[in-house]
Order: sequence, then C-alpha cells, then structure tokens
Amino acid sequence: MIEFRSVSKRFPDGTLAVEDFSLVLPSHKTTVLVGSSGSGKTTLLRMINRMVDPTSGSVEIDGEDIATLPPVKLRRGIGYVMQNSGLLPHRTVLDNVATVPLLRGTPKRQARADALAMLDTVGLDRALADRYPSQLSGGQQQRVGVARGLAVNPNILLMDEPFGAVDPIVRAELQQELVRLQKELDKTVVFVTHDIEEAFLLGDQIVILRDGGRIAQVGSPAELLANPADDFVASFVGADRGRRALHVERHGNEDVVVDSDGRLAGVLKPESAR
Amino acid sequence: MNLFASAIDWILDPANYVGLNAIPLRIGQHLVFSLVTLVFASAIAIPLGYLIGHTGRGRGLAVTTSGGLRAIPTLGLLTLVALWVGIGVVAPYVALTVLAIPPILAGAYTGFEAIDRRTIDAARAVGMSELQIVRKVELPLGLPLLIGGLRSATLQVIATATLAAYVADLGLGRYLFSGLKTRDYAEMLGGSILVILLALALEGIFALIQRFVVPRGVSGRLGTAPKLRTGGPAAAR
Repeated sequence: MIEFRSVSKRFPDGTLAVEDFSLVLPSHKTTVLVGSSGSGKTTLLRMINRMVDPTSGSVEIDGEDIATLPPVKLRRGIGYVMQNSGLLPHRTVLDNVATVPLLRGTPKRQARADALAMLDTVGLDRALADRYPSQLSGGQQQRVGVARGLAVNPNILLMDEPFGAVDPIVRAELQQELVRLQKELDKTVVFVTHDIEEAFLLGDQIVILRDGGRIAQVGSPAELLANPADDFVASFVGADRGRRALHVERHGNEDVVVDSDGRLAGVLKPESAR
Repeated sequence: MNLFASAIDWILDPANYVGLNAIPLRIGQHLVFSLVTLVFASAIAIPLGYLIGHTGRGRGLAVTTSGGLRAIPTLGLLTLVALWVGIGVVAPYVALTVLAIPPILAGAYTGFEAIDRRTIDAARAVGMSELQIVRKVELPLGLPLLIGGLRSATLQVIATATLAAYVADLGLGRYLFSGLKTRDYAEMLGGSILVILLALALEGIFALIQRFVVPRGVSGRLGTAPKLRTGGPAAAR
C-alpha cells in the first residue's frame, strides 16, 4: 500500500506542482492518475521513488516513510517505465533488461537468463535480445521498457505515460498486454496518463486531478461515470456527451442503445440473457 | 633550385639523420612533449569537464574561462613563464597545457550535455547511483565528443609545440628557429613540412579512433541495419 499524507511540492522556481495531496493506493491494484498537463500527476508519481522529494507531507510504502530510505536502494526495488522507454542506447535489449538486477548484485549469468525469460513475459521475441534500442520500433522499445521495469520483480510498478508516444494501434495492443500482465503478476501499479479512455481501461482506482495536484474525484470507473462529483469530472470523463452518454431506444421487440450523436452502440439484453 | 625542392632535399639528406639534431630524434621529442602536455591538460580538463557536464553547474564559468585561455597568446605566455621559471622545458609544458585545456574541457562537458536528458533521468529512476550514471551512461555516450576535443587539442599542440624550441632544445621547432637564425630556409621549410606531416598523421589516427569509440547502438554505427518489426504496421519510432 502506498499512502500520500498531505503532500505538497513547490519547485525551486516557485511553481506549486502539488498542494496538500492525500491518497491511499491499495496494493495489487492499478491506480491511474489522470489529468491534463500541469495537474502534477508525474510529480506525484515521481515522489513514490524519490525522484522528487515532497516539500512537506510524507509518502509511505507499507507504513514506512520513504524519506527515511536511501533513494538509490528504494528505486532499485520499484519498477519504473517512462514515456520514451528511457533505454540505454549503447546497451542491447538484454543488457537493458538486466541492468537493475545487475546493479542489485545478481550474478551475470542468472541476470541474463532472467532477462531472456522476461522478454517472453512481455511478448518480445528472444531474437531481439541482442539488438540495440535504436533498431526497435517504438512499440518494441516500450515492451523492453516494461520488461526492465519488471526485471527485479518489484511489488510496485510506476508507469509514466508509457504508451503516450506510440501510434494508436500499437498503444491498444500494449494496453491489452498490460491488462494481461497485471492479471498474471498482480503488482501495485501506479499509472499516469492524460487519456481518460486509457484510465478506464486499466484502472481499478482512478484519480482525476485538477491543476496543482488537487483531487477532483477518486473512484472506480463505474463510480466516476455514474456519479461524477462535479461538472469538471463529468466533462473530463465525458459522461455528458458522445459515446458515453447513452440512451435506450425501442426497435420492434429489442431495446437498442444509442449514443448522444445518434450512433448505435449496441443491443440491450435483459438480465436473464447474461 | 626552388625552395620547396630544397626543403625536400633537406628532409632526405642522410646528414640530418645522425647526431643530436637528427630528424627522428626531433620527431620523437616533439611527440613525447606533445603527449605529456596532453596528459597534463587531460588530467585537469577531463575531471573538471565531467563534473560540469554531470552537475550542469559551472558551465558559464567554464565557457568564459576557456574563452579567456584561448585568447592568451601562447608565445607571450611561454615567454612570461620562462622569465619566471627560467630557460628549459617547464615553460613550454605550462604554456602548451594552457593551450590544450579549453578544447578538452569543452569536449568533456559537451559530451555529457549532448546526452538525451531522458536517458539519464531513466538511469537514475531505475536506481543507478550518480557515480554509476557517470561510469555506465555518460562516459561511454560522451566519449566521441571527448575524443573530438582531444583531437583538436592534439592538432593545436603539435603545431604550437614548435614554440618549445624558443626556450628549450626540444622538438621540431629547433629547425625553424635555427633555420631562421642562419637564414637556412630549406631547413626551416623542411621542419615545417615535418610538423605538418606529423599533424596530419595524428589527425588521421584520431579520425579513426573517433569512429571507433561511437558506442554500438548509437546512431550512425548501425545505419542500414534491417529493422525487424512485430509491433504493428506503423510501429516506426
């Protein structure tokens, strides 16, 4: 469990990125921080592995204040996946994946064997192991990034817009892959995105952020859609328009569901048909 | 006979290959002197440049200072130091080290600065210590630019090391100064040609080294490698 306790962050240039933020992120669940740029979502994420230290307040992992832990050691125990893969360009795929285990003192042979197995886990061909990141497509690079994040088998996986820079088709593929992985691995995932669709797809708990890391609403996708706390949330989740604002129309003997643009979304089946 | 031909004759004259003024000996002196100078300059400039490049601090100061150092006329500095410490090899070592520091310093810190910040941020985020970031990320990725700095420093030092002969019995500069004094222009030009050849040879060696130190996987080295794509039809970077 990760807990933020009245965390604020003011950067040296005076920007208040996060103000009095408190939240519990349950273990083995995916929490998605979603907001537009300037909402402090990345700052919040980076507080969990001490890439950013709060100006006031504290962050706890399983009840332990992380400010008391040495940052390097803390980071080696937490998976981190970033937008542009952040792979080391001068190291092969396999060496990139094995980086952190080697830093933690895993014997080289073991680390490489584990890294190869990890390529399978994230759906990468082992033939790519000896390639360099520049030889991979964007989607492949992100998979390597995920493999590196998982290589030390961390309890916590931090993902900072990991699929933001790949095209929509690959993004959808990677999202499905992450859903599958999460079912298998059961990590505590903290995921940052500005894409509400992505948040709905991946999140058990979704945190909608306003500017300055202020929480607009926290809840499951269903809660956010059914009971948006205010207009900001309603418009952010799109509950009031398009393909999320559905109504039922009667056609002959069937009820069909239609969105606000009049496009057909599906057929409404009675409870007994499930 | 024209001067150029007589310079070539001078270079080929067997009489110039014996004794304490033999061409191979002078070339050797010139090279050792340049090498030692470069080692001194590197010992100062590389750690300093890495510190600046890694921390991002002190860059302004470094730029101003190296600009200032570059502006110092080497002959003037050489004379000044020689007046202070006396005739001998110390003064040319000092003057030429000062000459060699700016390009090496610039090569060291620009090498670090040119690395994508996101790569370094990621290295830190996965748990590399600052020293590990320097050693495993910044050093290999910054090496090509550092070698570039060393290359231009070497060129300058080899050419300017002729000045060492102004205050010491050292290097190919002897031919220039003694030729000037005795109006033996064949010797002067012959000496110059040797310096030029030496500079070109080292330039060639550095050009090779520079290509060699670009880490595998970094753009340029892999150029036309075929791309294997499994990530979808439009999965290009």
